[in-house]
Amino acid sequence: MTSPTPTGLRFDNIDKRYGGLYALRRVSLEISPGECAILAGRNGSGKTTLLRIAARIVRPTAGTLSFPGATADAAHSRPGYVAHTTMVYDELSAEENLVLFAKLQGVPQPAARAEELLREVGLYDRRASLVRTFSRGMRQRIAIARALVHRPSVLLFDEPATGLDPLGISWLAKSLGDVHRSGCTVVMSLHGESEISALATRAVQLDAGSIVADTASGASLHSILTFRGA
Amino acid sequence: MSLLSNTLTLLGKELRTEFRSRELLTTTVVFILVVLILFSFAISPTTEESREFGPGLLWLAILFAASLMLQPCFLREQTNDTLSSLRLAVSDPFSIFLAKLIANTLFLLLTEILMLPLFAVFYNIPVLPQLHYLLLVLFLGSLGISTAGTALSAISAQARMRELLLPLLLLPLLTPILVVSATVSVSLLDREPVVQWKGIGFLAIFDMVFLTALWLFGEYLLEE
Repeated sequence: MTSPTPTGLRFDNIDKRYGGLYALRRVSLEISPGECAILAGRNGSGKTTLLRIAARIVRPTAGTLSFPGATADAAHSRPGYVAHTTMVYDELSAEENLVLFAKLQGVPQPAARAEELLREVGLYDRRASLVRTFSRGMRQRIAIARALVHRPSVLLFDEPATGLDPLGISWLAKSLGDVHRSGCTVVMSLHGESEISALATRAVQLDAGSIVADTASGASLHSILTFRGA
Repeated sequence: MSLLSNTLTLLGKELRTEFRSRELLTTTVVFILVVLILFSFAISPTTEESREFGPGLLWLAILFAASLMLQPCFLREQTNDTLSSLRLAVSDPFSIFLAKLIANTLFLLLTEILMLPLFAVFYNIPVLPQLHYLLLVLFLGSLGISTAGTALSAISAQARMRELLLPLLLLPLLTPILVVSATVSVSLLDREPVVQWKGIGFLAIFDMVFLTALWLFGEYLLEE
């Protein structure tokens, strides 16, 4: 995967409020181009909200989000986002889903790009099968392929290992490693240490919607990831 | 340009998924059929009242069927959070609405065209002499129902009691369309047919106003 422009991610004083409840409170964070950052924290600490704001699915109540280095109108400057759900259509086949999202994002030769990704994620033999017939692991693969279809320079993963067996986690760690090595900035929320967390160059801990720890050093990174409830 | 190409791509997806499952079309056809048959027992098809009340009953059946058809329009995007992936992918969110409302209009029109011969038989009303005008009224009425309905479907999909909310919002809002479409249809199917251009103009203006409102404010309806 090629990343034409190294792109970072910057949150400036982000607030997100649902009614009277703060999901995020004055969050400022800068992720440098090419970094692989992990967001850790208890359930409800604001990880998913922060990722959805970064994906521009949720609008912050206050504060600004920017992508330093991003080209304004290039499709790849839109982040790729993998959520808890697959974000693909169950009633379409794997290939139809990828071609659909490639076309919507103006990817040249969408069918060829879909085929390339299906081979990469190991679903080429099942390309004509409807997604609703897929197992949990296969659904996660198609979700990742969809997020990569426009060759994004920033990738956001919300608990990517949820529901995967050890083999699936190994495959995911290898795929994420490949994506990261290609120059893509990766931000993911994660619980505990795993093969996937070994890729991290930085860990940020959230609690009650605020950043409480942020480190790039090995020992501190380990302590954030193994923090009870993280 | 991207609005047009994204709309066409999404329209292709809407048509493919519907023609694969045929859920909406089957439900709507069966619903209109049942309503038309039940109403035909209530009034005698040999009398002059049939011409007077038939078109109104047809539009009432279309309106209720549309509220059934429009309900899952945005609701089924929630199953796998596909609405978020669409919003991430398209540069102009209006293309999501445009594709859905074109698809809904086509589904509604298809249902109406299938039902028209049965309506003619059950209510003893010849529709062929004024078919072209009737199709114009059906098109403008269906477009209005779909435009307002698609917008309200986006709103109700995010609300609690969503199954109740859509008909509650939709039926009062579409009363003008129902009244005007029924009146124009009654005049068209009269023994001495008259084309009420004022009514047809009203339907066209209603459609334009709702389309413009959707274009201007649609993006906010998709926000979480």
